Amino acid sequence: MQVDLSSNFFDLFGLPVQFAIDESNLVARFQELQRQLHPDRFASRPAAERRWSMQAASYVNEGYQTLKNDLKRAIYLLKLNDVSVDEETDTHMSPMFLMEQMEYRESLEAAESAADPLEKLDAVRKQLKAGIREQTQTFGQAAGSDNWGEARTTVRQWQFLDKLAREVKSLEERLDV
Amino acid sequence: MALLQIAEPGQSDAPHQRRLAVGIDLGTTNSLVAAVRSGSAGILPDSEGRRSVPSVVHYAQGEAPLVGHAAEASTGDSRSTIRSAKRLMGKGAADLADSWLARHYEFDSASGSLPAFVTRDGNKTSVDVSAAILQTLKQTAEETLGGELAGAVVTVPAYFDDAQRQATKDAASLAGLQVLRLLNEPTAAAVAYGLDNEDGGTVAIYDLGGGTFDISLLKMQQGIFEVLATAGNTALGGDDMDNAIVQWLMGQAGIDSLIDPQLESDTKTYARSLKEALSSSSTVSVEWDDRNGNQVKTELTREMFDSLVAPLVAATLKPCRQVLRDADVERDDVTAVVMVGGSTRVPLVRDQVSEFFGQPVLTSIDPDEVVAIGAAIQADVLAGNKPDSDLLLLDVTPLSLGLEIMGGLVEKVIPRNTTIPIARGQEFTTYKDGQTAMALHVVQGERELVDDCRSLARFELKGIPSRVAGAARIQVLFQVDADGLLTVSALERESGVVASVDVKPSYGLSDGEIETMLRESMDHASEDMQKRALQEQKVEAARVLEAIEAALQSDGDEHLSVDERASIDSLVDGLRNVVDSSSDREVIKQAVQTLEKGSSEYVERRMNASVRQMMSGQGLDDIDSAVGKAKHEACSSDT
Repeated sequence: MQVDLSSNFFDLFGLPVQFAIDESNLVARFQELQRQLHPDRFASRPAAERRWSMQAASYVNEGYQTLKNDLKRAIYLLKLNDVSVDEETDTHMSPMFLMEQMEYRESLEAAESAADPLEKLDAVRKQLKAGIREQTQTFGQAAGSDNWGEARTTVRQWQFLDKLAREVKSLEERLDV
Repeated sequence: MALLQIAEPGQSDAPHQRRLAVGIDLGTTNSLVAAVRSGSAGILPDSEGRRSVPSVVHYAQGEAPLVGHAAEASTGDSRSTIRSAKRLMGKGAADLADSWLARHYEFDSASGSLPAFVTRDGNKTSVDVSAAILQTLKQTAEETLGGELAGAVVTVPAYFDDAQRQATKDAASLAGLQVLRLLNEPTAAAVAYGLDNEDGGTVAIYDLGGGTFDISLLKMQQGIFEVLATAGNTALGGDDMDNAIVQWLMGQAGIDSLIDPQLESDTKTYARSLKEALSSSSTVSVEWDDRNGNQVKTELTREMFDSLVAPLVAATLKPCRQVLRDADVERDDVTAVVMVGGSTRVPLVRDQVSEFFGQPVLTSIDPDEVVAIGAAIQADVLAGNKPDSDLLLLDVTPLSLGLEIMGGLVEKVIPRNTTIPIARGQEFTTYKDGQTAMALHVVQGERELVDDCRSLARFELKGIPSRVAGAARIQVLFQVDADGLLTVSALERESGVVASVDVKPSYGLSDGEIETMLRESMDHASEDMQKRALQEQKVEAARVLEAIEAALQSDGDEHLSVDERASIDSLVDGLRNVVDSSSDREVIKQAVQTLEKGSSEYVERRMNASVRQMMSGQGLDDIDSAVGKAKHEACSSDT
């Protein structure tokens, strides 16, 4: 079976193909779609329809999770514009950004061995959050003016910060006993 | 369901007939069944008015198993009286080590992929034991409701992994129950409290049962419950509190061990009664002896009890912090806290949880019954008795699903707390010239190393077209359904060849084993059972016929060529003839499958079309131009 609902996730949710989204529209449309497509609505229907519904609901969930998350939405937008972010041959990053990365790494390591690790981590997390917000804005502007080169560079830096943020989270989890 | 039926006036479904559906809480210590009757949900007591069935089964040689109160009353071999079997659902022999179960029962781990209890009536797996309990609940329900059940919603701890969910579903099939949905216990509790009416709230469900602990955060919006995050511990519960009291008693008596399993079980029962008494009194008198000359005669105060169980209560708060983190929700944002499970009657638990969330906790519905009641409400909706209901439950995966990669590492394919159903593809290639098979190992868990995660299944992909190394592109699709169960399929992209997938569950029954068990239970059953199985197959056939005919009638030949229409018509006639003339279940099943296969493309086409119609009806004008260009694209932010 093939689920054939829309040409892309933005269409699926009735949103213009652009980075800025109206989140309340996204949520409302998500709920409307799941209300119609979710397997629970097909619990008493024949097997073929139940299977279709599972696939359709999976597609809607995938789309929702992609658009809801800023970074995933940015990567998806690049993909729709035929820009690939993870070309392994291109490892070039600006020296300034790399310096910043090293500083983050150092403060993470310092936090782990500090007397009050959770507080220190919280400070790092806030700093990262601000950094991510900056990348989000830069990306929005670049994508808005069809500057896909810059948009791509921004996403690559953003991915680094996102990875760090996840490391902070798992470190917090590990320290939480 | 309304959308896809597209019923014209006068063509709607047959006159509405109420379908009997129940909610079942299959618990570690007690199990309950509930149903919606005259508009309100309530527990269905047994013929003697008892509201719950102890999850205990006794096996005597050559006799039908005794379940619940009858099993508790039996004086036969205590190793043939199985308790807490839920703790073994979906578990392997290795999980048994050091467990309470291992000390109390004799196990045979060699005979199959699941360890089996050795009883006077032969080897019984946890699936067999659970099936016996479910069968008893089904019987109670059918007697009380006065008819056959169309289906049941069976609850599982949110933290259950794939193997544990599958085992629960297998037990239901063995008991002859049609599972409408496996529902997470905390979600059921939120439904019971009618929290879907509290728009925009975030609810924490704290569920401390006999053997498991779950904490879930749910968001409520216009009748939709969305599980934001869930965490917990599958080996923490009221049993551990009882054990803490048993340890304390032994300490008071100055002994290290109890003489036999019978005494151990009696002492546990006694410990539980002390715990329960301390929920309403501040002190209880204790009189106990170890049947070996050591006596304890003293008092147990609530304060002492609190200090015994404080570490257990504290252990529940860690997952509480984890769900808040996972969902990115602050403690202040939580608008209600629901208490579930008998162990939440313990005052210390209520106090600590209130303090943690900074608000009083909800306890107005009996914490032992709240899950079954919520499941009954959902069962009523799923059975189609409430076509206007807005209630929809969106669940998440409790644990990350991953694949073993080089060096014993895990690559996550579907992270935990992803809304289900969900499908994710992963591409693989061959590493040797002419390679036609490939082995995959699927695991569940959060850790980086395969050895620290739970092995779910090993798959072998066969029939890959022979190419030079790296030329074949194999797309493996992981599909998790609304019950949280995983299926895997594979496709070679260049040639379109579908590789076959051999599933070998690490801790469960393969499809073949299930079939054998089912057939055995059928063979042993009375003629009655056979008749019923035939009847069920006829109902399924009627359902399929009705759906396809309604579809053909409402859209004519819109989605069909002349040839396709003729072919479907002849399959419909074929099935109709078989249903009328045959009394062979297998023959009818075959005909149903043939029709389903022959019409699947048509069903798919009209479903896709009707959804697009719905979307464009909402002001989306560019949808139609998109027809036929759909891509199933996945995308990930992982670096």
